[in-house]
Order: sequence, then structure tokens, then C-alpha cells
Amino acid sequence: MITVAQEQYTILQANQLEKLIEAVLRKGYEILGPTVRDGAIVYDRVESAEELPAGWTDEQEPGRYRLKRRDDQAVFGYAVGPQSWKKYLHPAMIRLWSAERQGGTFRILNNETQPHRPYAFLGVRACELAAIAIQDRVLLQDKYRHPIYEERRSNALVIAVQCTQAAPTCFCASMGTGPKAQTGFDLALTELVSPGGHRFVVRTGSKRGAEVLAELQTAAATDADWHEAEAAVDGAAREQTRSIDTTNIKDLLYQNFEHPRWDNVAARCLSCANCTMVCPTCFCSTVEDATDITEDHAERWRRWDSCFTQSFSYIHGGSVRASSKARYRQWMTHKLASWIDQFGTSGCVGCGRCIAWCPVGIDITEEVRAIREGNNHGNP
Amino acid sequence: MNITTTSNPMVSQPYLVREVVKETYDTFTLTLEPGTGANGTLFQPGQFSMLWVFGVGELPISISGPPSQHDKLVYTVRSVGQATHALVSQDAGCGVGVRGPFGVGWPAEKAQGRDVIVVAGGIGLAPLRPLIYEILSNREAYGRLVILYGARSPRDLLYRKELAAWARHRDTQVLVTVDYGGLAWRGHVGVVTTLFKYARLQPSRSTAMVCGPEIMMRFVARELEGHGLARKDIYLSMERNMKCAVGFCGHCQYGPHFICKDGPIFPYEQLRPLLEKHEL
Amino acid sequence: METLERIIAEHSFFAGLDPEFVALMVGCASNVVFKAGTYILKEGDPANTFYLIRAGKVAVEVVAPQHKPIIVSTLEVGELLGWSWLMPPFQWKFHARAVSDVRAIALDGKCLRTKCEENHDLGYEVLKRFAQIIEERLEATRLQLLDIYAVRR
Repeated sequence: MITVAQEQYTILQANQLEKLIEAVLRKGYEILGPTVRDGAIVYDRVESAEELPAGWTDEQEPGRYRLKRRDDQAVFGYAVGPQSWKKYLHPAMIRLWSAERQGGTFRILNNETQPHRPYAFLGVRACELAAIAIQDRVLLQDKYRHPIYEERRSNALVIAVQCTQAAPTCFCASMGTGPKAQTGFDLALTELVSPGGHRFVVRTGSKRGAEVLAELQTAAATDADWHEAEAAVDGAAREQTRSIDTTNIKDLLYQNFEHPRWDNVAARCLSCANCTMVCPTCFCSTVEDATDITEDHAERWRRWDSCFTQSFSYIHGGSVRASSKARYRQWMTHKLASWIDQFGTSGCVGCGRCIAWCPVGIDITEEVRAIREGNNHGNP
Repeated sequence: MNITTTSNPMVSQPYLVREVVKETYDTFTLTLEPGTGANGTLFQPGQFSMLWVFGVGELPISISGPPSQHDKLVYTVRSVGQATHALVSQDAGCGVGVRGPFGVGWPAEKAQGRDVIVVAGGIGLAPLRPLIYEILSNREAYGRLVILYGARSPRDLLYRKELAAWARHRDTQVLVTVDYGGLAWRGHVGVVTTLFKYARLQPSRSTAMVCGPEIMMRFVARELEGHGLARKDIYLSMERNMKCAVGFCGHCQYGPHFICKDGPIFPYEQLRPLLEKHEL
Repeated sequence: METLERIIAEHSFFAGLDPEFVALMVGCASNVVFKAGTYILKEGDPANTFYLIRAGKVAVEVVAPQHKPIIVSTLEVGELLGWSWLMPPFQWKFHARAVSDVRAIALDGKCLRTKCEENHDLGYEVLKRFAQIIEERLEATRLQLLDIYAVRR
């Protein structure tokens, strides 16, 4: 777990962002950051500042995501896109190991994970820092350690960028995960586009972050800079309209297993699994065994899975959770309640992706409210 | 007390099939020995392994042999589908991948000094057999042993000779029943709960270990409670879809519990609110 | 007769019943023996007697065309065999066969039936006890019906 090593605020001019990227590349990292593609801001390899989504913002509502041009050239002037960093830390498809026949038995080959340059994540939101910490808890700090996740995670350089605006789907403030980045970063940037100049207020979070910063032209931040940055981040918090009241939410969901609201949401839910794909903390996976055509070589692959699939809970000729009602209830109860018993925190970071990317616009904050209020006359 | 493997728990170790014994028309017992490059392993009664058939797939199977044998792993497998069929069709000398052992086993130490009631339904006797071996090899540490076993029909009964041998131990009662008897069957006919009235029980000093289909375990646990056992003294072995067995894939979740690492054995006290929930 | 009285009086079915009636039951009771393989009662026969098993095992069976008899349950020491004597049409619905040599106490169901009609308090007590037995058997039968050990595909 990375903790804040020193509190120090510096100013990095926006036109120096390119130098930051170069410095990180020089240190041998592969930089992954936001870029515009296919009408969304996605995470991909970034080799120059030109590839970043300057001048773009996102419009998000239940079941709706669009990109829109900004009036200014803010580089990180959006909330979050459909992807999260689990794309790299907990890849969607990866080979676990392979084996070769040897007479009647077999030999295991290369049970090491595939080598790559260490990752540098550029543009990590506070909610995403929380999500990474949550996946650390699940995949590294429980009974077993996940070797693939561990390798990628331990070497990763994390450059956070705090939000200075919120989407209508955001509710990180009510989940206590943002918009301020608290911990888990090497550098945390706050972008200011104002008469004072287009610049970043940079906070160092670790020795590694300080080393990167040392290679750049920076100036000390003034009190005014610091106040402007704090105000911008606070603004993002105050802008949020959605929230989840998490008071006793574990008991609330455990005790309302038969609440009529589950039937209501089941009538809308398509079991498409989008929410689990975009959720930054969902970790469920499955394993697939395959052989080549000679049947002498076998491989075992892991790929993402979702509790929304029909076969997820299959045993003995049937699925335990056969109805989509049971599956939606499982997902939401796990995310907001069982996760607390399992891992000590909520599984939800309030990023709002599940709300935006649900094709029928199911809003998890609304579902909690309905159950709390005993309301079963929701949307048709 | 759990024993976890030190090597990467996601990678199979090659074991070799020593023999495959036919128990019934669809159930076989495999004995595996470590192959080159694999280490023998200790296990607790009630733990399970993930068995991998080259290129076919992997299955969670309870270990059903004596816990004292470090160099052999024994599994009783019912052939019900493609993967289980492939597993029981392996010849002696063939390789089978083994991961594990995984899970929380039967809490034998909690039963020491008390009477033990073992209730098995169908293939559920297999995960209980290591516990029975444990008790019989350390007989003085336990009180009475009552084994209640129900199967579908006489031809589905497992370990018949052993059941008879177990009954000959001191202070040990073995009762067997089937759902469907034939004319030749002179034993009990009826579900396993009907055996309770014949069991010599001292409920206040009894610990029960139950394994079988979930419906059966639900009724058995209620029956045991009705006979005066405390919920904390009744243990059930639960089952759900399993892919990784190490708490990463999420498939085996049952309420807040991961069956692979928090179970498969749980005290009834913990399970009771969950067992009644439909489609949990 | 003394042994019979003790056995009947101590059996849980009769516990709590008015001693006068218990004495009446004793008066109508007798020891019976069935050799292994013989039928204690047969489907369709008039039901006027019920049995308290003292030793051996009894199989309750169903006979169907093209089927060998199917045993649906077995009863042993201390259990009561037969309740069809209690309600119309007072006919046995199943066969009951002695699997081993069986010793039992035969109780006069017809006599008890008449007494229950005359004395509803007694009738209620008797029905309460039988209701419990029937409930237990029904629950067990339902579980058996589920065929829980079968492989579902």
C-alpha cells in the first residue's frame, strides 16, 4: 500500500505535460492514459501529450454517454470513461499457464505471467484510486495473492488527476472516495484553466513520484494556487447530485431479500452485464481450458466473467440464480453489502459508470433509495 | 486450521493415477500419487482439490482418503458429465493435474470428547470418509460415533464393506437407508431423516457433521435441532459453482461467504438464515 | 396381559390418555406374531385393527400392474402400523409385509373408532396423536419424492 510520503505542492505548466510524458517513458514505463476513440474517452497507450483528450468533456446520464467539445483546452476536463484500470491490472483475457503431453502425463510450462514494461497510469481519478485499493484488498490481501495482479500492481506508477467537475452520474462524495485523491498515488495533479494560466498543481505522493518530478521544470505553488486547486476539487464534490445513503446499508440489503423492488428492477434489467464490465471493482472471472488440434498442447486462460450470466451459478443441472431478478439482487447486494463483510469496505466507489452504461438506465442510487423507502412503485 | 500450498495455487501439479476402482455403476474411486516435479501434500478431512484432466477441464472434488497418507490422494467421483467421465476414464499411469488442498475442513477438534453424528446423503459420504477414518484411528478422543447414510437405492450405496467394518468398532452405530428398496433389500427404506429415531443419541453432548444434497442437509439440520442439538454443533458442507478455488473468480459466493475459502464446511448457525433464501 | 398393559401404557401414543380408556384398549388388545414374508394387512381389506410393533421389521408396499411390489417405507420397533381404520372408507390403502419375523400388539381399531364417536374428547386426543404420525410420514414421503440423489442434467 502506497502512502503519502511528503506533502509538497508544485506548479507544472500545461505545456510541460509533454515533458512529463517523456520523463516517464525515459524511466522505462509504458504509459496508459485517456484518449478519444470511438466516441468515448478510453484508456490506451499514450506516447505524447497530443493523444490526450484536450478540449473534450463527457455528458453522462442514466443510459447515455456522449462526448462534447469544451470551450477551453482542459486536458482532463471529463469525468470517467467506460474503462477502468482493471483493464491492465486484471486483464480481460490472459493465459495462466500451458502444459504439454509427456507420455500419459504432462509437463507444466511457463507458469510465469507474460513480461511487459511496467505500467504508468496517467489520469487516475480519486474514485479509481479507491477502486484499485479495493482490488488490492481482494486480490493481494486475502487468503491468497494473485500473481498476475501482483506483478502489474507492484511496478505501476500512478499519476492521479483530481476531478474539477462532476458528471450527473457521479456520487463519489457520498461514498467517501473522492473527488479528492487521498492516498495510493505517486503524483496527484489538479488542472487549473483560469486567468492564472493553464497549469497543474502537483502533489507528490511518493519517492518515485518525486523522482519523476525532479526531471521537470516546476515552480513552487503559491497559497493562491493551492486554494484555487482545493476550491476546484470541492466544486466537483458540490456539483454532485446523486448519492447513496450508506447508513446501515449492509443490514438494509440483507434484510430486504424479498423486497418487491427486486421484481421492479428485474422487469427492466436485461442481464447484459455491462455494469460488471465497466465497474472498476468487479473482479469475477472464469477459466477456460483449451487444446490445440494435435491435443498435445493445452492452455488454461482466465477471462472476465459476470454474475449476470445464466451459467455463473450453475451446479448439478441448473443455475442457482436462474432469474435475472436473483442476479441483479446478487450484484447489488454483493457490491454494497456483502463486500463489507468480505473485505471491510463497500465495493462501490461512486464512479457512476454502471448508471451511464446501463442500456436501460438503471440507477443504483435510485434502487437503494427505493428499497430504503419501501417504495415499489418505481419506473415502469 | 488450514493448510495452504506454498507454490502458486493457480497452477496444477502433475499427479499420476495409481488405480481406478468401480464403486457403483456410475461412481469410481481414484487413487493419485505425486508425479515428477510434484510434492505430496497433507490435507484436513473435508478439504477438496481441483482436479484437471488435460485439455478437458477442472473440477472441485473432495478428498475421500485417509488423512494419514501423505503420498496418496484418494477421490470418489460420480460420473455425471463430460469432465467427470474423462476423469474416471483415466488409466493407471495417466497424469491428472491437482491443485490444492483447499477449503476449511470438518472441525474434528471441536468434536473431541463428544459424541459424533455423521449424516451422509448419496455421494456426500465421500467427503465424510476422511473424518470417519480420523475418528476411528483416534477412537479414545471421541465419544460415541453414529453414522447415518442414505442413498437412492441399494445399487447406489458406497463403501459397503467399510460400512460393515465401521459398525464393528466399539461404541459405533452405522445405519443405512435407501429411498427405493428392491425386493431383495431387507434394510431400511425411507429418507435419511427416518433413521434418527433408531440412532442412540445424546444430543447435549453431540456434534453433527452433515454432507449431501442441499435439500437433505436442510431437513437433517432441522431434525437434529429438533432432537436437541445446538445450531453451533451442527456442520454442513456446502457446494456452489467453482472455477478458481482461491477466492478470485467470485463464482462460489453464497451470501457473503466464499465457499472455496470460508467453507465448504460451515456451522449451521451461520447458514440457517441463508438456507431458506430462494435463489441466493 | 400384565405385560401388554405396561407396554401399551408406556407407549408414547397412549401417554396422557385417560386411564379408563387405556384400560379399555388393553382389554381389546392381543399379542400377535407374523412369520417373515407373510402379509400383516392387504390393500383393499377392511381396516379394523392397527399394530404396535414390538420386534422385527415391516415393509409398507404398493403393488402396481407390471411392477414388482415397491416398498415405500419400513417400520420397526415402537412404531405404529396402520391408520386407515380411523377414517372412512376404513380400508387399507397399502400392503404391509413382515420382512423379518414380527411380534406386535394388535389393537382393536373398530372398538376405538366407536368410542371416539361417542366421546369426542377421546376422539380429539386420538386424532391429535395420529395427525403427528401422519405429518412425519408425509414429510418423509415428500423428501423421498424429490429423488434428491438423482442426477439432473
